[in-house]
Amino acid sequence: MAAPMEQQQRGDLTENNNNNNNNNGGGGNNNNSGSGGSNGSAKVAMETGDAEKEEEAAAEAAEASRKDSGAASEGEGGGGSSGGGGVVPPAPPPPSSSSSSSVLDRKALAAVLEFLQRSGLHDSVETLRREAGVASDPGLVTSGGTASAAASKDAGAAGSSSSRATSADVSSLLSAYKQAGEAARYHDDYTEMKRFVESSLDCHKAELAGLLYPLFLHMYLELVYHEHEVEAKAFFTLFNGDQEPCYQDDLRVLSGLSKRQHLLRGDTSSALLSSFRTGKFVVRMARDSYAGLRRHLQERPTSRASLITQEHVYVDVYDGAPRTAAQVALTSGAMGGEAPRHANKSKVYYGLLKEPELEVPPDDEDEEGAGEGEEGRPKKKKSKKEATAGKSKKQDPNAPPITRIPLPELKDSDKLDKVIALKESMKRVRLGPDCLPSICLYTFLNAYQGLSCCDISDDSSLVAAGFSDSTVRVWSLTPKKLRCIKPSSELVLIDKEADDVMERIMDDRTTSDSKLLLGHGGPVFSTSFSPERAWLLSSSEDGTVRVWSLHTFTCLVAYRGHIWPVWHASFSPHGHYFVSAGHDRTARLWVMDHHQAVRVFAGHLSDVTCACFHPNSNYVATGSADRSVRVWDVLNGACVRTLTGHKGSVHCVAFSPNGRFLASGGADSRVLLWDIAHGLPIAELKGHTDTVYTLKFSRDGEVLASGGADCCVRLWDVTRAVDELDPDDFVSASLHSPPAEHAADLTLGAHFTKSTPVAHLHFTRRNLLLACGAFTP
Amino acid sequence: MADRGDDKKFAEIPKESVRAMAEAAGLAGLSEAAAAALAEDAGYRVREAAQKSCQFMKHGKRKKLLVEDFNRALRWSNVEAVCGFGSSEPMPFRCAREGEVFFVEDREVALAELVLTPRPPFPCAPKHMHVHSLNFDFKSQQCLSTVSGGLCDDMSQYYQQAARAILGSDLPLMKIALQDLQKNPKIAALLPYFVNFVNSVKSVSHDLEQLNRLMFVARGLVLNPCVYLGAHTQSLVCSVMYCILEPLAASINPLNDHWALRDLAAHLLAHIIALYGDVVAGLYHQVLLTLQKVLVDPVRPLCSHYGAVVGLSALGWKAVERVLLPHLHTYWSNLQPVLDDCSVSNGQVKADAHKVYGAIMVAVEKLVKNKVALCEASELSCGRAATACEVSPCQSPVPSLQPDFTFGPASHLLGRGGGGGGEGLLPASLPAHAGTASLPALYTQLYHLFGDGLALRFGTGASSSVPLGDDGLAEEAAAAQKASCMASCEGDKGKKKILLNLCLQEMARERDGGKLEPSKSPPFRPNILRKSKSGTRQRQEKGGRMRAAYGVRDVFEQPVRPIYPQQRLHVKIAGNLVSVSGRGRVFMSDFPPHIAKQSSKYGQKLSAIGRLNKPVKKACKSDFSLWTPL
Repeated sequence: MAAPMEQQQRGDLTENNNNNNNNNGGGGNNNNSGSGGSNGSAKVAMETGDAEKEEEAAAEAAEASRKDSGAASEGEGGGGSSGGGGVVPPAPPPPSSSSSSSVLDRKALAAVLEFLQRSGLHDSVETLRREAGVASDPGLVTSGGTASAAASKDAGAAGSSSSRATSADVSSLLSAYKQAGEAARYHDDYTEMKRFVESSLDCHKAELAGLLYPLFLHMYLELVYHEHEVEAKAFFTLFNGDQEPCYQDDLRVLSGLSKRQHLLRGDTSSALLSSFRTGKFVVRMARDSYAGLRRHLQERPTSRASLITQEHVYVDVYDGAPRTAAQVALTSGAMGGEAPRHANKSKVYYGLLKEPELEVPPDDEDEEGAGEGEEGRPKKKKSKKEATAGKSKKQDPNAPPITRIPLPELKDSDKLDKVIALKESMKRVRLGPDCLPSICLYTFLNAYQGLSCCDISDDSSLVAAGFSDSTVRVWSLTPKKLRCIKPSSELVLIDKEADDVMERIMDDRTTSDSKLLLGHGGPVFSTSFSPERAWLLSSSEDGTVRVWSLHTFTCLVAYRGHIWPVWHASFSPHGHYFVSAGHDRTARLWVMDHHQAVRVFAGHLSDVTCACFHPNSNYVATGSADRSVRVWDVLNGACVRTLTGHKGSVHCVAFSPNGRFLASGGADSRVLLWDIAHGLPIAELKGHTDTVYTLKFSRDGEVLASGGADCCVRLWDVTRAVDELDPDDFVSASLHSPPAEHAADLTLGAHFTKSTPVAHLHFTRRNLLLACGAFTP
Repeated sequence: MADRGDDKKFAEIPKESVRAMAEAAGLAGLSEAAAAALAEDAGYRVREAAQKSCQFMKHGKRKKLLVEDFNRALRWSNVEAVCGFGSSEPMPFRCAREGEVFFVEDREVALAELVLTPRPPFPCAPKHMHVHSLNFDFKSQQCLSTVSGGLCDDMSQYYQQAARAILGSDLPLMKIALQDLQKNPKIAALLPYFVNFVNSVKSVSHDLEQLNRLMFVARGLVLNPCVYLGAHTQSLVCSVMYCILEPLAASINPLNDHWALRDLAAHLLAHIIALYGDVVAGLYHQVLLTLQKVLVDPVRPLCSHYGAVVGLSALGWKAVERVLLPHLHTYWSNLQPVLDDCSVSNGQVKADAHKVYGAIMVAVEKLVKNKVALCEASELSCGRAATACEVSPCQSPVPSLQPDFTFGPASHLLGRGGGGGGEGLLPASLPAHAGTASLPALYTQLYHLFGDGLALRFGTGASSSVPLGDDGLAEEAAAAQKASCMASCEGDKGKKKILLNLCLQEMARERDGGKLEPSKSPPFRPNILRKSKSGTRQRQEKGGRMRAAYGVRDVFEQPVRPIYPQQRLHVKIAGNLVSVSGRGRVFMSDFPPHIAKQSSKYGQKLSAIGRLNKPVKKACKSDFSLWTPL
């Protein structure tokens, strides 16, 4: 009796096949259309498909029917088995049924069978099957709604929703139905995909191989989701070793998962997984490679591989020659795949802001605040003025207008600071391969492994260190000691017009070498000085960002916005703004006078580990544990650049002083140099043997210093790396050959400390390099 | 990454433990399924907490996971923190036999006693900062106004003490100082001072001992893993080259062993090139050029030439091939008259020339040996080329048809472009047969120059299978198959071990001039004698006659080939003189066919290099006596 049914089905299918043959990527469409109901029908149809294949029916019809059945079966919750790939040995052709059962019968039958199976009433299942005329192979078939197949096919995409709605309950029932043969399908599909990649042309192999990781990932997740634990474990063990080493961390998280409930928990690890399941993994391919891939997938529409590729992988196709394995390896490694082309297309104003006109008095004892007027100055001072102001005469086309982001006005004291800074910068030593910076190491003793972070102020006079016992300590690096301001009762008594008012307000009784700041509730993960040396920012595990005054050495504000630990916070170079990066996968932009964040930069797939401002304060770069670096626009919060290529989580980012380049270092012990204008990597600096914790460009941007957990400070030649850039390389911005593979040539020096991992680096205004770390014997 | 074998990556809580814990909590009858589910879930939670705590550890810039990290992770998962495990001492678990439970003992502590006992103050030293300089750049001295300038006291003291110890007369102290130089991670700041110290070689060229010590200092600096030479590489290399190449004032006195110094300096040079060859641009090439310049300069004394050759040899066979080989012919023709000049006034020069000759032989031997090994490797890799294509796409593609040197520990040297040879090995584009093709040509060229002296070198110890390439070169290939007949000198087991390598060759070519053109003439076939254990090459046995008639020692097996009357035995003895100190010196002595007519044995020259090219006297009939003055 089953046979007549199937004959009718075959008939149904063939007429619908013609409709569907015209669908492009028919498998995908049918997938969406036939998502709901056709599981059962799919099974029968699959069987029919097999039967047809056996009988050597018209190849197209067989294809289409298999496609449809496979597509239909691979619906959303689909546990349906696919007929593609010839994996399952075709069952002997069942007798075709002639009775015309309605859709409902089929569905009901399927539902009843499911219920019986789950209740453990196996005899009843057998009896029912026998009587309903369904083939006895439990792994393949429950006769389901044939007409759901018809329904799904009769309009292609159109009739989908109705059938889906009606058969939603069946699908939900059947999705939980364990099918023995189905899990093996994943294994076979994956192996087949692997074989396809291996047998493709060499030039395409590297790019196509990038597809195997998302395929493996989603196949494993589906197996777990459908509660095929044993098969999932076997699948994982078998193919785990093939994946690239950069994905091993994520896979390790996954391998601990074997239950569906764990997948659905609302926790950080499943935040990872939800990003896997809902987001799309980006793979970039040349048009030729993509053509080959599409051809292969279209031949096997019911294969899990093709369906996963359609649902979870976004193939970014570009025109040009296929990339070699080295080029692919350069930008692969991020959790979400590579960055699609359109992500890096928007214009970024990477130039520096126009500096305000400042008069630099030539004599050093001049303590008057520098005025802005230029009238009346004798001619001999003109040359110095022009030296500093010459740059800002013409507008840099790449620089943002000064009014793009509202910046605070400069106070008189700030102007004074700037003048001093300019004077110091004139005495700066120009660094280069023949003139390396002297390095001075500040070692923190007796920290008992508690030092989490430190920062040095811009004028190199103060250092602040955060510890895991929630304290922050500030030390003075100059012989000048730290003093608090007098309490207000005494301040009233001071003559405000006196010349040395700044000295008088200081309370000499509180002089000490270091100051202790208490207030956080958890380990302090980052500290940052404001550029005018008035405030200190600190972020901690308790979810708050605190601002401390450096005059009174007390806490002023606690900004609460992140609920989870805040890994990093830093001030903008112009003051007033600061950015914080936290475990909640966002970075937030704050203004000092607002209690709430003014921008939330959301887009990373995993927690954001570091953030820093561009020298013109218009952009923020963030590095994350999802191994990508993103550049955000402060004005509207949009992500303007996505840079992938790190193979481990990114721990530090730094902009070059001219604003054009970005350096990032991470747990993979590599430092990558990026060109912001095009969003492409310039150089890969290899040399460290352990995580890179800190990066700093020299004041003129010629030397990059990096320090890490391997107790080593390394100096890199940026000028050389940048000189080898060929602007023509970036014309076709989608492709480029990675230049400067001579990482060894870019090393200027490596200086080892005894056993002090380097936590922070700082170039003074005269280009002396200061390094900080805690002594870890 | 390879599959990790059994998938026991995580600790899994067994069901029995869950049952035991349930019983302890008061739940008696826990079903199987429940226990299994609980165990799995608990295991998952533990893993999750561990991953979170790792994040805290990473952001705390630590490598050691602490209990606080774990407690924090638990708190963020809304689980109560576990208190009381903050101590760094290991926890002793006690076992309860029933139920096989391990637990931590919960001892009762009398608080009053604990608090009131006078204890030493808890050593919680305050956190403070200490500053010292990592790299002191003399040029940028003006920046250091903020920092206490220059070297701190203990550093300069260290330098003075170390310098005094190294130059002093107390040997163990010197050794300690040198060892410390090699291991001390904090001497990076003193690097400029030490380099300066080494650079004073130029002023002490009369004092060999001091030169040696300075070379040791240089070696310690180079081998110290925490010291980065950087800009000082150049000056250090200059000093080392000075030691290698300069005709030192000390070398005037022939009793001074300046050869050992040159050897030492050459090895040091090889080290420096290996470590910094690719970091300092053009260092390798510069060194090669300098060595070449010295070599081709006839004005230079022979000790400089020796230094150059030894330097090239230490740098690797590629250097030898590139620099020494092209000039070998001219140099050799210049050297020969010196070697043959037996006048008394030439004595010292001749001894020097012998040194140079020995060095050249060593270098050339290594070159040929490496070529042979390369051929074999490329042979093997050719055979493997078929399988090399089957590569999983997920792994980086394996380059096929590359000799084995690209894998394994040497591969990182190749990657850096450095390495003993300075350049990478044969590029992948070079066909595998290139090595084979050039080897016979190379060998013929060398044999043409050196004759049988070379064949001995080639044969010592290396495998003797050279693939027979073209037919035309089969003879040469066959010629390359050498026999080494190892016999230890009977009475000399004690201090010196002379490896007696004997090559019995037929001078198959019997021409009037006696001129031997071995490379061209087919009849040249070496006889191969082996000890009884490897008798594979036995060809014909006519040994009895030889043995009986001429009193050949029993170590020799029957000769492989019939020995024709006109043949001569040309005996060469070469070996490795291993003295007490363990340092070996290769040597070779050549004993021409014994002409019985010669009256005075003192007329026998100790070596007869190049004699092959000279006409040999015809009238020798029976020359199978081995008269070997040992």
